[in-house]
Amino acid sequence: MATPNLKRSKGLVFLRILASFIPLILTVLLLVWGMFFIRAAQVSKNPLPQSITVAIALVWGVGGIVLLFFTGNIVIEQLPVKWARYLEPILFVGPALLMLTWALVLPTIRTLIASFYDQISKNFVGWKNYIYVFTNPAMQGVFRNNLLWLVFGTAFTVIAGLLIAVLADRSKFENAAKSMIFLPMAISFVGAGVIWNFVYAARPIDAPQIGLLNAIYVGMFHGQPEAWTAFFQPWNNFFLILVEVWLQTGFAMVLFSAAIKGIPAEILEAARVDGANEIQLFFSIMLPTIAGTIITVSTTVVIFTLKIFDVVWVMTGGNFGTSVIGTEFYRQYFTYNENGTGSAIAVVLFIAVIPVMVYNLRQFARREAM
Amino acid sequence: MKSKFVGSLLVNGSLAIICLLWTIPTIGLLISSFRDRIDISDTGWWTVFPHQDWVSVQKITPASAVDRYSPMTLGGITATFEQFEAGISKDGKKYIWIGNRRIGYLDVEAYTWTADTTFTLENYKQVLASGTYTAKLANGSTDTNQGSDMASGFLNSIAVTIPATVIPIAIAAFAAYGFAWMNFPGRKMLFALVVGLLVVPLQIALIPLLQNFVSLHLNGTFLAVWLAHTGFGLPLATYLLFNYISELPRDIFEAARVDGASHFKIFMQLVIPLSVPALASFAIFQFLWVWNDYLVALVFIGGGAQNQVLTQRLANLVGSFGQNWELLTAAAFFSMIVPLIVFFSLQRYFVRGLLAGSVKG
Repeated sequence: MATPNLKRSKGLVFLRILASFIPLILTVLLLVWGMFFIRAAQVSKNPLPQSITVAIALVWGVGGIVLLFFTGNIVIEQLPVKWARYLEPILFVGPALLMLTWALVLPTIRTLIASFYDQISKNFVGWKNYIYVFTNPAMQGVFRNNLLWLVFGTAFTVIAGLLIAVLADRSKFENAAKSMIFLPMAISFVGAGVIWNFVYAARPIDAPQIGLLNAIYVGMFHGQPEAWTAFFQPWNNFFLILVEVWLQTGFAMVLFSAAIKGIPAEILEAARVDGANEIQLFFSIMLPTIAGTIITVSTTVVIFTLKIFDVVWVMTGGNFGTSVIGTEFYRQYFTYNENGTGSAIAVVLFIAVIPVMVYNLRQFARREAM
Repeated sequence: MKSKFVGSLLVNGSLAIICLLWTIPTIGLLISSFRDRIDISDTGWWTVFPHQDWVSVQKITPASAVDRYSPMTLGGITATFEQFEAGISKDGKKYIWIGNRRIGYLDVEAYTWTADTTFTLENYKQVLASGTYTAKLANGSTDTNQGSDMASGFLNSIAVTIPATVIPIAIAAFAAYGFAWMNFPGRKMLFALVVGLLVVPLQIALIPLLQNFVSLHLNGTFLAVWLAHTGFGLPLATYLLFNYISELPRDIFEAARVDGASHFKIFMQLVIPLSVPALASFAIFQFLWVWNDYLVALVFIGGGAQNQVLTQRLANLVGSFGQNWELLTAAAFFSMIVPLIVFFSLQRYFVRGLLAGSVKG
């Protein structure tokens, strides 16, 4: 490190600083070259074997970011201490802020602006897109579906997660049970869509039913085979919601389980000695104690459910009256090329999470004040 | 004592039932993916388990001279072709004509214990193949179809997921340290921005970001997906790592500063090794998230077939072969193998990450 009391000619210091930029500049050049290479390799018809492109992409992507920080630091170490103190935070925090601004902040503002323009983002149309979004009958169906998802998806997830956490807490095979419930969290929504499409599969009445649900329904209850996610309206939405509940309950269970284990054993023991039964115990001691966790889990699930897309897109494509905000956003933009309406729908999603955002910021401010 | 036993039975019993319900859909998928395609469309996957059913015990093929337009005597029963075709029950056995009038045969079936246990790897071979693939079926025939090219999807998923996990973690770790242990103007305001961005739905940024990539001619490349995932994953990564790094004991930093260590040195030699649990938690989180993502890949990789990741390949299969369960089940399970391995080997870290990310948030 350069120390100020070392007497050196100014010219030499200047040269050293200049030289320290060389690795950084080389890194940047390397990254730019890599960008051109990947672009050429991936967009053109077929230049290189896939495995070679993948290998280069991996080395470049992972190595590039590490190299950038290291060479940036070389520059800072050569600078006079006074400068370094100002520039060090930029090296540490700068890339993150740059990325957040470029990938989230500016795009949000641009979507906000685009929502007041027409379908090709050229002419200002005022509130027209919002009026469409809130008054169009099809859009009202979309909002109704999203409301179903929010209310029932969240409620079922929280109730199932709580129930399983309480049961597992008293069970001998707690860990095995939790793993089984938790496992769907590793599965993609697309994969889950396939799994459940198979459970719901419907065959004509004279063909053997290979979907589990129809096999039970036809075999045991002598019903007609039902296309659960298609023509069984409006209940088909619930069959899609079930997929999300299946995926997310593990998350709720893990948080509830940790919260329940955090309740002091003496309190529970004291209540038992006073003659409270297990159900009273649950409602008068457990529930109030873990209320905070219930709110946290509900909020997380609500935010997740709000933007649900994959499940619906893969299982029904948003047809049969199952479209939600997430799928409608995609359809407006990519199927109908309606930039304006698509942006307005995205803004509605954004506005819906603002209360949570404000809550998070308040919590943060309170913690900082302590 | 007795009520305690009943209670324990009730708890364990209902938990077992719930666990079974939760796992059955996945088991059904796994079993089906190994079944012959004719079996899949003829019988439910649960028939691989022992069950009672009508099983063929004898085939009686009448001589070609037998007149099939008048009553025939086969297996001790005299009946017309139409009666045989409809099926006749006698002595607990079923006699039923299979095939057409001229070259068919009489099948004698008994109701007995059975299990369909013909398994095959043909489904997996076909979904992994890139050109056309000729599958051998259990009945000796073959079935030639376009392969689903899941193998190249797998490579693409690796190429997308690893940098899209490492890049945001590297950037976020530096930022978290900066926010936690450096003093600079606007520190609080800027971190508040990170907290505010935690819950922003990615849909709001999707289209302008896509326009950026289009104008840079990056659309359809891995780089576009890395950058998108980096941007979308950064707020949570920074927030989680900040929570962890800011709680590290102050003394070690002060001691290192006194020794003349720079921030960079402290970060690399002290903070990174101490933060391994938090880094691992978020790494697993982001890895699973990116591997399982569909929307970001769909928007930024799009239709360019050679770069599509596993979730896209699988979703395409649902679109074009929605009833070919032999392909769908094998492809779906193949796409789940890596996340399941990661999940089971590192579950502890994953759970820790979930707890850190939510309880405080």
